[in-house]
Amino acid sequence: MSEIGTILSRRAVLAGSGALIFSFSSTAWAQENAAPAAAPTSAAPPPLPGSLKQAPFLDSWIRVDADGAITVFTGKAELGQGIKTALLQVAAEQLDANFDQLKIVTADTGRTANEGYTAGSHSMQDSGTAIMHAAAQVRQLLVAQAAQRAGVQPEQMTTDSGAVIAPDGRRFGYGDLVASEMLHVRASPQSKLKDPAQYKYLNRRIPRVDIPAKVTGGEAYVQDFRPDGMAHGRIVRPPSYGAVLDSVDTAAVEKMPGVIKIVRDGSFLAVVVEREFQAVEAMRALAAAARWQESGKLPDMTALPALLAELPAQDIKVIDQQQPAPANAKTIAATFTRPYVSHGSIGPSCAVAQLKDDVLTVWTHTQGVYPDRDAIAEMMRMPKDKVRCIHSQGSGCYGHNGADDAAGDAALLARALPGRPVRVQWTREQELGWEPYGPAMMVKVNAALDDSGKVADWDYTVWSNTHSMRPGPAGALIAARYLAEPFPEPKPFPIPMPEGGGDRNSNPIYKFPSMKVLHRFLPAMPIRVSALRSLGAYMNIFSIESFMDELAAAAGTDPVEFRLKHLDDPRAREVVSTAAERFGWSAKPRAGMPGHGSNYGYGFAFARYKNLAAYCAIACEVEVNHETGRARMVRAVAAVDSGQAVNPDGIANQIEGAILQSMSWTLYENVSFDDRRIISVDWATYPILRFSAVPDSMEVHIINRPGLPFLGSGEAGQGPAAAAVANAIANATGYRFRDLPITAERIKAAIGV
Amino acid sequence: MKLNVNNAQHDVDADPRTPLLYVLRGDLKLNAAKFGCGLGQCGACTVLVNGEPVFSCVTPIALLEGKEITTLEGLGTEEKPAPIQQAFIESQAAQCGYCIPGMMMRAQALLQKNPHAGDAEIRAWLEPNLCRCGSHMRILRAIHRAQHIIRTAQRGEAG
Repeated sequence: MSEIGTILSRRAVLAGSGALIFSFSSTAWAQENAAPAAAPTSAAPPPLPGSLKQAPFLDSWIRVDADGAITVFTGKAELGQGIKTALLQVAAEQLDANFDQLKIVTADTGRTANEGYTAGSHSMQDSGTAIMHAAAQVRQLLVAQAAQRAGVQPEQMTTDSGAVIAPDGRRFGYGDLVASEMLHVRASPQSKLKDPAQYKYLNRRIPRVDIPAKVTGGEAYVQDFRPDGMAHGRIVRPPSYGAVLDSVDTAAVEKMPGVIKIVRDGSFLAVVVEREFQAVEAMRALAAAARWQESGKLPDMTALPALLAELPAQDIKVIDQQQPAPANAKTIAATFTRPYVSHGSIGPSCAVAQLKDDVLTVWTHTQGVYPDRDAIAEMMRMPKDKVRCIHSQGSGCYGHNGADDAAGDAALLARALPGRPVRVQWTREQELGWEPYGPAMMVKVNAALDDSGKVADWDYTVWSNTHSMRPGPAGALIAARYLAEPFPEPKPFPIPMPEGGGDRNSNPIYKFPSMKVLHRFLPAMPIRVSALRSLGAYMNIFSIESFMDELAAAAGTDPVEFRLKHLDDPRAREVVSTAAERFGWSAKPRAGMPGHGSNYGYGFAFARYKNLAAYCAIACEVEVNHETGRARMVRAVAAVDSGQAVNPDGIANQIEGAILQSMSWTLYENVSFDDRRIISVDWATYPILRFSAVPDSMEVHIINRPGLPFLGSGEAGQGPAAAAVANAIANATGYRFRDLPITAERIKAAIGV
Repeated sequence: MKLNVNNAQHDVDADPRTPLLYVLRGDLKLNAAKFGCGLGQCGACTVLVNGEPVFSCVTPIALLEGKEITTLEGLGTEEKPAPIQQAFIESQAAQCGYCIPGMMMRAQALLQKNPHAGDAEIRAWLEPNLCRCGSHMRILRAIHRAQHIIRTAQRGEAG
């Protein structure tokens, strides 16, 4: 139990220093991306900044040991987005401590605040803001303590490198100043923050703290966690949604080498084995022995738009400010569609669980340790305080993938083998076949242009399932739905605007005098769906920004100029202008020019994520091969305004990744199914971006806004990248592609070579 | 059976049909090679066998006796990183990082064969390996940087 021991002993050390064991607000965190107003209901003083609202005690965020070591706590999880490093930068800055003095503890129901899900580009806004204020207030407390000892006014003290310095030069190390309970105080709504001109750690390219272990074979992921005595679990999933396990002859499997136990509960079937490859073989044998009754009926994947239009809808008015269009207005209309899209994590989901002394501990790469804990506790019929979920990194998830389900699986197997840690590793086929996909969507838009070439009227409707079926409820876990006493699939809810789900970013940022936006929310979910990076924003921005190009063409105006004509937010305008200038938009040297068997084209797109978070504009060049219809992005230039930049390289990394991932969704990706089963279950049947399609160059320009609020940027690039690629393909080919993905086959069919 | 991994002999008590990946991760407790698909489709499990990149998830150990197996751990450590590791750190060439060890081992094989490989050759060489975070530009930058580090070191030795 070396690993577990390490964790507990560190905890004990922390508990004995400068802080009490803390307790957290029991207020349930709002569902992903619920409006910021979803705050505690108790009659509270003025709202605290960021996640201090949920966990108002300073020592929930910052602890100082007597030896001067500082620990930062966050309820958010490291998903590969670099959040550990960025939060440490924020803490070091406001504490005036050395970056290397700081350690960070991430999402753990036993140790950190409940910050809900690590999702929606919220981590810097929620946790970053909380830590910024908590660190500033801790610093003030330490200054006050030092001032008292030095017998001078706090205003006369300065801080530097983890110490308070008196006017006479005496230094008081933070560790010497801290005393029991000193930091166990409620945060104030206001903090004395540093002047951005004095920043040492913000807007600096600090190398990520998690990378060295990842490139040297360190223990970096839950997949690498091997507590003593660990057994290997494998699940045998049904062949299709809703299939019932009819019979399974386990006799032969039970005799296989290493097999400890076969676990069957209703239609939940699994095997626990001593060694990993033995587990793989036992799983295969068990799958071959299982007889299932399949009853599921999946829709026709070639007719998804018709399906979406037919499903019963709950209409949500997003914007209803329509005026009569001018009589002579020119109107155009278009319909855009997207299929189901997979998260496609490179590492299939994994979890380790152990039931010991009536406490269940689960190491999981979930995005939300608390909601996952709640779901698991309900499924196991255990009190919540007897279940602890500890975040441990997994492969990138980009939303709700199989992580929570795998954690649920591991919990069930741990109960079957009390005392021993059990590791559950999903297969590639299970991940691609059972994860909840990003939902299929449809958009219909029509708009009118007035005499001056400006949009006079905008009428937009988006059809979509929910974009969050995450835990909380036990029924959100696959395993729970297949137990002998199953938990029902939870009822889907639309995520309300201003953040929105299917309607996220359906409200154009542009100034149109007359606008109607309708969200046709579809409760019935023929295919399992949930949150995929940027939720509905990807599809809405793809549609709006494609259509803006169509409108620009109808108005005879350059696409960038057309956007600027409808934008009055100066930050939006600066992002658009910066991307255009840095790209050399006005030149477009190869537009429409036939190259060697290819046509080149240029595309531009812009959005402010959720109209609340980061601004992002992208210009790109594509080449489209005449023979194959293959489109490739040649180069891309992005401009982004994330408010106060914390780690510019981290922001650039997120935007670069968003451009490439979104390009992959846009050009290739489509979950496939027949009338009963998901059939895109490996990388041959679900192809994604490979190196041969990677651009020659990419640039990300960051517009720093010193002292302004952090704006999440993890998902800001998804929508603009899709539309920029689509617009460039339209520019190269003369054809507008409105159905995703824009595959080589579709392009070839359209350009008719 | 005996396996030579990272210049050390290991007695491995496993079914000869066992794919190398499970022996590396389970028996030798090496973390770098990752399970990604078990199908030889993504490259997350890539290691070197006699200098050639191999999908360890589909290579049974029965084929490997007497061969030199190298994993990322065999190149360098956090304290003394190899050029390819130093280059990936300096280029911050990872997001989640799960695919990165496989990328590095495939790149390492190329750099050992042809330290002067050009950009087009590097891209073609990496085609079997998948990255989902979209770190491709950084991965390419890191490999070019590794070439630079190797060349600089060689010039230093020569001088």
